[in-house]
Amino acid sequence: MFGDTDGGYTVNWEHILPLLAVVSSFATGCIIFLLGTERVRTRTFLNVLGAVLMLVFVGFMLFGVSQEIVFQSRYSLAPGIYLAFHADPFSLLFLALSAILWLLTTVYAIGYLEHSPHRNRFFGFFSLCVSATAGIALSANLFTFLVFYEMLTLTTYPLVVHRGTGAAIRGGGIYLAYTIAGGAILFLAIVWLQTILGSIDFTEGGIITGIDDRHATSFRCIFTMLIVGFGVKAALVPLHGWLPEAMVAPAPVSALLHAVAVVKAGAFGIVRVVYDVYGVETCSQLGVAAPLAVAASITILYGSMRAVFQDDLKRRLAYSTVSQVSYIALGAALVGPLGTIGGVVHLVHQGLMKITLFFAAGNLAETLGVHKISEMNGTARRMPLTMAAFTIGALGMIGVPPIAGFVSKWFIGRGAAADQQWWVIFVLIGSTILNAIYFLPIIYAAWFKEPDGSWPHDHHHSRFETHLPLLVPPIVTALFAVLAGLLAEMPFSPLDWAQFIVSREYRP
Amino acid sequence: MTTVTLFASCGAVIFGIGFFGVVVCRRLLQIVIALNVMGSGVFLVLIALARRTTGGRPDPVAHSMALTGLVVAVSVTALALTLVRCRYKQTGSTDLNNR
Amino acid sequence: MVFELSVLGLVFLPLAAGITVFAVGRWGPPLTIIVGLIQPFFAAGVARSIWQNGPSRYRIGGWGAPLGIDLHVDGIGALMVLMTAVVGLMVAIYARSYFATTESEPANQSSMFWPVCLLLWTGLNALYLSGDIFNFYVALEMLVLSAVALIGLGGKPKAVDAALHYVIYAVTASLFYLMGLTLLYSMYGTVDWAILGTRVEPNFSTRCSIVLMTVGLLMKTALFPLHFWLPAAHGSAPAPASAMLSGLVLKASFFVLLRLWYNVFPYEDLRAAGDFLGILGAAAIIWGSVKAIIQQRLKLLIAYSTVAQMGYLFLFFSIPHESPYFCSAWSGTWYFAVSHACAKAAAFMAVGSLAHAAGSDQIKDMAGMAQHQPVAVFAFGLSGVSLMGLPLSGAFVAKWMLLKSTLASGHWHLTIAILAGGLMAAIYIVRVLATAFAVDSRSVRNAPAPMQWPPLILACLSAALGLVAYYPMKLLEIGAPCSAILMGVTP
Repeated sequence: MFGDTDGGYTVNWEHILPLLAVVSSFATGCIIFLLGTERVRTRTFLNVLGAVLMLVFVGFMLFGVSQEIVFQSRYSLAPGIYLAFHADPFSLLFLALSAILWLLTTVYAIGYLEHSPHRNRFFGFFSLCVSATAGIALSANLFTFLVFYEMLTLTTYPLVVHRGTGAAIRGGGIYLAYTIAGGAILFLAIVWLQTILGSIDFTEGGIITGIDDRHATSFRCIFTMLIVGFGVKAALVPLHGWLPEAMVAPAPVSALLHAVAVVKAGAFGIVRVVYDVYGVETCSQLGVAAPLAVAASITILYGSMRAVFQDDLKRRLAYSTVSQVSYIALGAALVGPLGTIGGVVHLVHQGLMKITLFFAAGNLAETLGVHKISEMNGTARRMPLTMAAFTIGALGMIGVPPIAGFVSKWFIGRGAAADQQWWVIFVLIGSTILNAIYFLPIIYAAWFKEPDGSWPHDHHHSRFETHLPLLVPPIVTALFAVLAGLLAEMPFSPLDWAQFIVSREYRP
Repeated sequence: MTTVTLFASCGAVIFGIGFFGVVVCRRLLQIVIALNVMGSGVFLVLIALARRTTGGRPDPVAHSMALTGLVVAVSVTALALTLVRCRYKQTGSTDLNNR
Repeated sequence: MVFELSVLGLVFLPLAAGITVFAVGRWGPPLTIIVGLIQPFFAAGVARSIWQNGPSRYRIGGWGAPLGIDLHVDGIGALMVLMTAVVGLMVAIYARSYFATTESEPANQSSMFWPVCLLLWTGLNALYLSGDIFNFYVALEMLVLSAVALIGLGGKPKAVDAALHYVIYAVTASLFYLMGLTLLYSMYGTVDWAILGTRVEPNFSTRCSIVLMTVGLLMKTALFPLHFWLPAAHGSAPAPASAMLSGLVLKASFFVLLRLWYNVFPYEDLRAAGDFLGILGAAAIIWGSVKAIIQQRLKLLIAYSTVAQMGYLFLFFSIPHESPYFCSAWSGTWYFAVSHACAKAAAFMAVGSLAHAAGSDQIKDMAGMAQHQPVAVFAFGLSGVSLMGLPLSGAFVAKWMLLKSTLASGHWHLTIAILAGGLMAAIYIVRVLATAFAVDSRSVRNAPAPMQWPPLILACLSAALGLVAYYPMKLLEIGAPCSAILMGVTP
């Protein structure tokens, strides 16, 4: 009940690096707010500097963790409450993904928003979002997680409503309604857990040691509430309603936040709860893992089915996200090393592929004014590079080797087979077929159909098919997606790192 | 029944009457007077009970408290009357509005 | 030495300045701001001395009780004067520019604001530092007089009406308190609350005095269903006055109430009544939030939000004394009060700037304000974060503490009220923010910088109070009833 350490921390790198990663982008955001809209150059410089700095910090920590150095810092907020950060392999996986994609998205956003108003507001909140994501990744207890989880909610709202149109404000309202309600449930669950357990620090293998019957029901209840709280952001059906609505935001926001940071924060939380709060064994003892797997499977199939019927490109991608993110929860809920590897590595793979798709969709909208799939006939002739990146992303989503998506599906399938849960294999097959149904026609139309005449808003004519800052990021991420699949067995590949994480979780 | 209890009970009754007036009256002047009646009730209790504490000699502290209370009551009454006048100038009425 | 000087300065500096300003009107703004700049140092001095030496007493003029006046300061008193000093300073800076730019209001109101504001300040500090319950009465009356003046400052019929209502309820409440005090004094022969605490016995007259004093203080603290005077009063005063009233004045009567309940009266006796107050608090949260959601005027929305937020403070009365989390609930409740003071003052000031820019405080007229008045909207949003109780506001940490204690003591209805209050606050805050983010191409009057930055500073403070909660919470435990009990257990 009383704090045993005073606020304050000794100065050395193991303590400072995690804090720096969180604070650097926060500070960038605050400075950008103060700069005003006109200082474009300074702002661009700061943006890129923040992103690069973050990458450097992450690089240091990656190297350190592989050398078994422990990065952690702890700060006593109030008696009994700690703001604690640590960099374990799993947090770095998520952090590295966000850091790399942040840099690319920053470049993309600078190009995308070139002449729109209130850019300082946009980039300021954008940086704060990244700070929140870093905080989520590095949090060492549920309290810290909740703090940054809520901060992510608050800082994404101004980005969703950025355009200020009626649709944007409506979408933002729906987004907040879901996420704030989810946050409140999470709040209750975490406080409740603390009154029972005392400690809420993430621990490999779980905090809960031995369940007495008195608390079994409470633990089940809390687990459900935690999953619901995280499930809102991870867009578990039926908590996914906000995601398609939030697609009114500008493309970089949809790309980084809604395809990567926000939904991943939810999925990340679910994995944390299963492995580092409850522990795999406790989960299966309580019998809560199987219902989670079922919920994830339903989400996978439902999301894919809804995606098939969307004509708006971004909405189709949004439903695809709903479906794909649940692979992570499914992998975690399978309770076995192979499935977990598949789920964890999908966190990165899905991020790379989905951001490619959103970048490409943004390019189509910004360059040609194409928003609907029915308008996409022949787009590949006008924008071959963009559509090539799109195609790689889409094929990866379907699970075509050697693109990254295949690797994760393969491991999840093996995990299911090892655990004798054959129904999961059917879910995977069904989802793959549905993925093919909603992606292949787009690819076919883009490459092989004749254009229907002029584009809705073709206002770009230059040497390249579109602005360079818009063109480079999707190509880079598509390349990453291919490489992550091709070089999966190399050291420091996402798969290798996921195996490292899981080997620690299942360490005897 | 001793004199102290008699006076104290009277004070309590006067306090009650004043409170009743505050609740029931709708004319502002009546309410201001009712508030003063309430106050007088309290002061009566205060002075009556001052007799009880220090057997024989009345307690000066209680008296000084009553005096302070009187000063406060006077200033509050003045402020309330100013507001009533201000309201009368603006609306021509001295009734309490029920929103 | 520092302690004595600080304590006296906190009370007499604003008093002296108030009288001076009353005589020389044009010194109002500069003198108030100077006093405002000095007060935080005095308050910090008091806090530091309490931190080092524990609860302290000071006899004014060396007379001592019963004839003299004793000041008695402990953790909560120290934090409250610190809160008053910081919020007061920001309001003073804001008010100077507010009265200079809003030309629509009558001219004499600005000259009257300053002395009254200083008097209010004196009353607050005197109350927080006071060692006897009769001084509480005097300070409360000072607050009533100055608050009435602040409410009626606008001079419009609505404002005069609200002031009249307020003066009637507040004076009735004071008389209830005085009646209870009279009973207590006649039984125990002292008005010093620390001595009273050792003498009080649970008999019929004591119970009568508890009821009388509690009812009076509840009326002043505007606990549902005795809150009816509040929305009109806080909604029709000028923005800086509303900020003071909503942020600071309500805390004073709550302070007295908690003093009485936990430093004077025996706890066991009050268990059932405490549970009842907790339920009223929960009802206040729900009712205030519902009313806030359906308001069309921004100031009324904020005023109803105050009704809801005051409800949170009363949840504490339900926490049983033997609960392991009693102490954290105690500091949580006070920290909530501090966080609310900053957030609510910031919200009222931000609304004042927005209303000045838009020409009205109708919510529908806030369209496009994120574009025209980004700083004020940002301040409003940040104070909203605190009202919703999201991290890392002080209210978040406070709610964490409160939730822990309600969960541990099995008060499920209170748990639900805490969470529901946060969600409903999100609805009424976001409703305004969503309107502000809409695209709009009107031209608006720009509010000057001193009308934009003080609310932002206070809002940032309230939104970051969670980050620095450790030492204030420890300070709040100094002289708290929980530590007294702990001392009682271990000889």
